[in-house]
Amino acid sequence: MIHFVLLVSRQGKVRLTKWYSPYTQKERSKVIRELSGVILNRGPKLCNFVEWRGYKVVYKRYASLYFCMCIDEEDNELETLEIIHHYVEILDRYFGSVCELDLIFNFHKAYYILDELLIAGELQESSKKTVARIISAQDQLVEAAKEEAGSISNIIAQATK
Amino acid sequence: MEQLKTIGRELAMGSQGGFGQSKEFLDLVKSIGEARSKAEEDRIVLSEIEILKRRLLEPDIPKRKMKEYIIRLVYIEMLGHDASFGYIHAVKMTHDDNLLLKRTGYLAVTLFLNEDHDLIILIVNTIQKDLRSDNFLVVCAALNAICRLINEETIPAVLPQVVDLLNHQKEAVRKKAIMALHRFHRKSPSSVSHLISNFRKRLCDNDPGVMGATLCPLFDLISEDVTSYKDLVSSFVSILKQVTERRLPKSYDYHQMPAPFIQIKLLKIMALLGSGDKSASEIMYMVLGDLFRKCDSSTNIGNAILYECIRCISCILPSPKLLEAAAEAISKFLKSDSHNLKYMGIDGLGRLIKISPDIAEQHQLAVIDCLEDPDDTLKRKTFELLYKMTKSSNVEVIVDRMIDYMISINDNHYKTEIASRCVELAEQFAPSNQWFIQTMNKVFEHAGDLVNIKVAHNLMRLIAEGFGEDDDDADSKLRLSAVESYLKIISEPKLPSLFLQVISWVLGEYGTADGKYSASYISGKLCDVADAYSSDETVKGYAVSALMKIYAFEIASGRKVDVLPECQSLIEELLASHSTDLQQRAYELQALLALDARAVESIIPLDASCEDIEVDKDLSFLNGYIQQAIESGAQPYVSERERSGMFETTDYHSQDHHEVPSHALRFEAYELPKPSVPQQASTELVPVPEPSYYSESHQPIPTSLVSERDSSEIKLRLDGVKQKWGRPNYQPTASSSQNTPSITQQAPNGTATHSDGGVGSSSSKPRSSYESKKPEVDPEKQRLAASLFGGSSSSRSDRKSSSGGHKPAKGTSNKPATIPRENPTPVQPPPDLLDFGEPTATSVTTIDPFKELEGLLDSSSSQDGGSADVMGLYSDGAPVTTTTTSVDSLLSELSDSSKGNSRTYQSQTSKGPNSKEALEKDALVRQMGVNPTSQNPTLFKDLLG
Repeated sequence: MIHFVLLVSRQGKVRLTKWYSPYTQKERSKVIRELSGVILNRGPKLCNFVEWRGYKVVYKRYASLYFCMCIDEEDNELETLEIIHHYVEILDRYFGSVCELDLIFNFHKAYYILDELLIAGELQESSKKTVARIISAQDQLVEAAKEEAGSISNIIAQATK
Repeated sequence: MEQLKTIGRELAMGSQGGFGQSKEFLDLVKSIGEARSKAEEDRIVLSEIEILKRRLLEPDIPKRKMKEYIIRLVYIEMLGHDASFGYIHAVKMTHDDNLLLKRTGYLAVTLFLNEDHDLIILIVNTIQKDLRSDNFLVVCAALNAICRLINEETIPAVLPQVVDLLNHQKEAVRKKAIMALHRFHRKSPSSVSHLISNFRKRLCDNDPGVMGATLCPLFDLISEDVTSYKDLVSSFVSILKQVTERRLPKSYDYHQMPAPFIQIKLLKIMALLGSGDKSASEIMYMVLGDLFRKCDSSTNIGNAILYECIRCISCILPSPKLLEAAAEAISKFLKSDSHNLKYMGIDGLGRLIKISPDIAEQHQLAVIDCLEDPDDTLKRKTFELLYKMTKSSNVEVIVDRMIDYMISINDNHYKTEIASRCVELAEQFAPSNQWFIQTMNKVFEHAGDLVNIKVAHNLMRLIAEGFGEDDDDADSKLRLSAVESYLKIISEPKLPSLFLQVISWVLGEYGTADGKYSASYISGKLCDVADAYSSDETVKGYAVSALMKIYAFEIASGRKVDVLPECQSLIEELLASHSTDLQQRAYELQALLALDARAVESIIPLDASCEDIEVDKDLSFLNGYIQQAIESGAQPYVSERERSGMFETTDYHSQDHHEVPSHALRFEAYELPKPSVPQQASTELVPVPEPSYYSESHQPIPTSLVSERDSSEIKLRLDGVKQKWGRPNYQPTASSSQNTPSITQQAPNGTATHSDGGVGSSSSKPRSSYESKKPEVDPEKQRLAASLFGGSSSSRSDRKSSSGGHKPAKGTSNKPATIPRENPTPVQPPPDLLDFGEPTATSVTTIDPFKELEGLLDSSSSQDGGSADVMGLYSDGAPVTTTTTSVDSLLSELSDSSKGNSRTYQSQTSKGPNSKEALEKDALVRQMGVNPTSQNPTLFKDLLG
């Protein structure tokens, strides 16, 4: 199972964290500090896996952003690497050629997408289309809510005129 | 003008990917982004926390504002600060009817709260309500929250609803319901044990997503209890078959691979089901063979599946054909330039080597390369492989390498692991006792505080007991060498505590035994230890006990003891120590110094650490004394129980005798409530006649105190007596199980010739063939390779050579234990494994030993021929490597085939719309005031681009 997902920039800034196993806030900071120290200092040609405290951390760098996932000893590293890529592709499709800025300012959307992809540390959906469909359903609802709110406020505005 | 600007921004935000937050929030994110140090970032966050605390206290916050505050809280928490002051607002937001707000609320609580947080109880009600909602998106949001927040106690509150949702018309809901149940199962298996049939049902769901999700809980269930799912083997196999035949919708394809994540999950399950089950394995062979043929090893995901196949094959009952295919896949991995694939290859090798030990030989140089690679991860993986293939022929090389590596790293976690592995290997395969002790010294010296205390006790026992043979001379030599090595090490600064304990014990026990070192020399050293590590009470205790032994031996042998002044001052210091343990030891030492030789000898006899000490728990030796005392008019001892009974009867005459026990604490468990008749109820009021637990738990205490004290000196012998020295090892199983019968029959000189032949032919021949074909290989490496791998055909011989040539290295009390160690082979391998060795060897079990020997030699030489062939294959692998490199360049480009797949227009050279989008984004961001060039130009690079 995936214990946590971590997005860290090359400067070591945290862009997104999702914890599937219980960690206290203190442990979280420690984990982030420790891991970003290890991962950011690794050379480009080395393998994308780090053994860490009896777990394995699989990471991949996209532009200036590192995507890291912590998995169990017995999990398949290459598969996890592809789960990361899968996530990035979905983000890419959603944001339209995603860049780090999208994730900085829309981190909550990145969370929503991650929630459709992983649940309780397991991959729940491997079809990009299905994930995209459910995310857009949610977004449409949001849009509809906005319009509704807009029209109500219009009505109120007109009524109070 | 200002207005126009905001309108423009508003418009920009309306577009997809826009930033729907206020200026304030954007500024926050921006300033965090521009912070140059962690301290600056912290300062910004702290002031933001202050702002939010104030804002959240304001009355009537509009909902949209509230939502933003909550997202800001999430941001703060993400940066590692505590946002707990706002948790309650997030909880409140989940109650909102508006889905937009509700979703934000749920997101925030799932990120904020752990499952044991107090606030969860406030959410359960909302979750229950939302699970009943008509809107499936609401249900999904609630299910997401369930998967994070529901704990063991709250499972029953939502369980029935979740089960109902398994039949929801929307597949997204069914899928999440399955995942929620899976989560419940993980949290508390008993809570969902009656629902397991649902998982089976969902396996046949129309929607592949639901089916795929069901595999997660099934994997867990099957790993707990394989037998009850055997009936599903054929279903899994047929699902896998259908997946590989592309029967699933196209949308599940990933990089042109049909539903690879589902395939991997299925392979994992099959590995569980097929292990040790012949019929199940046979069903799988077909589809696994197909997978090897179909898998595209040019993509990462293809390799992921291949790797999973290798794992599966190494778990199920092996089939020669599949093993061959797996070996081929592994060699492709190892020859690849990608470190990832090398890593997987090493891992796969480690798995296959259990089944066919010869496979490693083909890849010796690749393995050596990985071992010397600068990549730490790869190095560690390789050490793991070496650990798996260690045998007595290569143990010295491997353990030396491991120790060198252990010294070089700082990571305590891994250091511990590798130290314990070194110890394990040394215990199991040590070629000589000398080597064993030296190795252990190194391990202790460099990782002493990390190894298990048992290891130290084992080492002490080893030195004390010798090696199970009645060869006192060798034993004393060993002890002397241990003493010498410790005297050399002892003055080094900062030795680990555990190591010092071992040193002190050995010096005390054997320091003067040989007469080479004088008592005052050793005792001086021990005093130095106690002084130098004065804060470590355990070490001090060991040192004082060692001193006591040394003086005792001196006194017993009739020599005059002159206590060194520093010892005297040490003893005096300890007499007043705060530690009662140290104090007692010091007093004992002082008392001992005043005794005569005979008394001392009976207290601490020479070299008696291996004798068992009988503890007389009844203290029967005091009987005479008691008798005497009673005769002279003393009161007989009244046990505590009787005493308390007497106490009651004498002092509480007036009270009803029956109620008395209620005044005492009761330690026994309450009886189970009986559906009782009134009379029974009244009898329960009668006191429980004996508070038996109480007395039992108290009686042994005095004796156990005594024994504890004793054991502080002889502890090492008492624990771990049952412990075995080594576990039977798996790799030589196939070969040596064929050979053990012959070995036991043969005369020792016969085996010697055989082993010589084996070693010579196997190590020299491949080397020469290598040199002829690959002249550029470093001879250093070759030597290493030969020392590591050369033994594989000789491994059959070195097992017994260790029993014949060297003494069986370690032993507890062990004349009986050595025998099982010599042929531990039948323990592990399932009989079918034998099929994979050389058939000749297996067939000749009961023939004339000499013939058999010939047969063995034949088989080993024929094997050499095979390995030479393999070398040939290896060297003419030039075309293969070129293909893999081209593959790798493909792989290394991040925008790989999928990209071309999903958005073909973009992967073309122009990238027109892409750059336009990027420009737009750039403009937008500039508008927002973020200056891209200042800090982080790469921010604007597409992640995939």
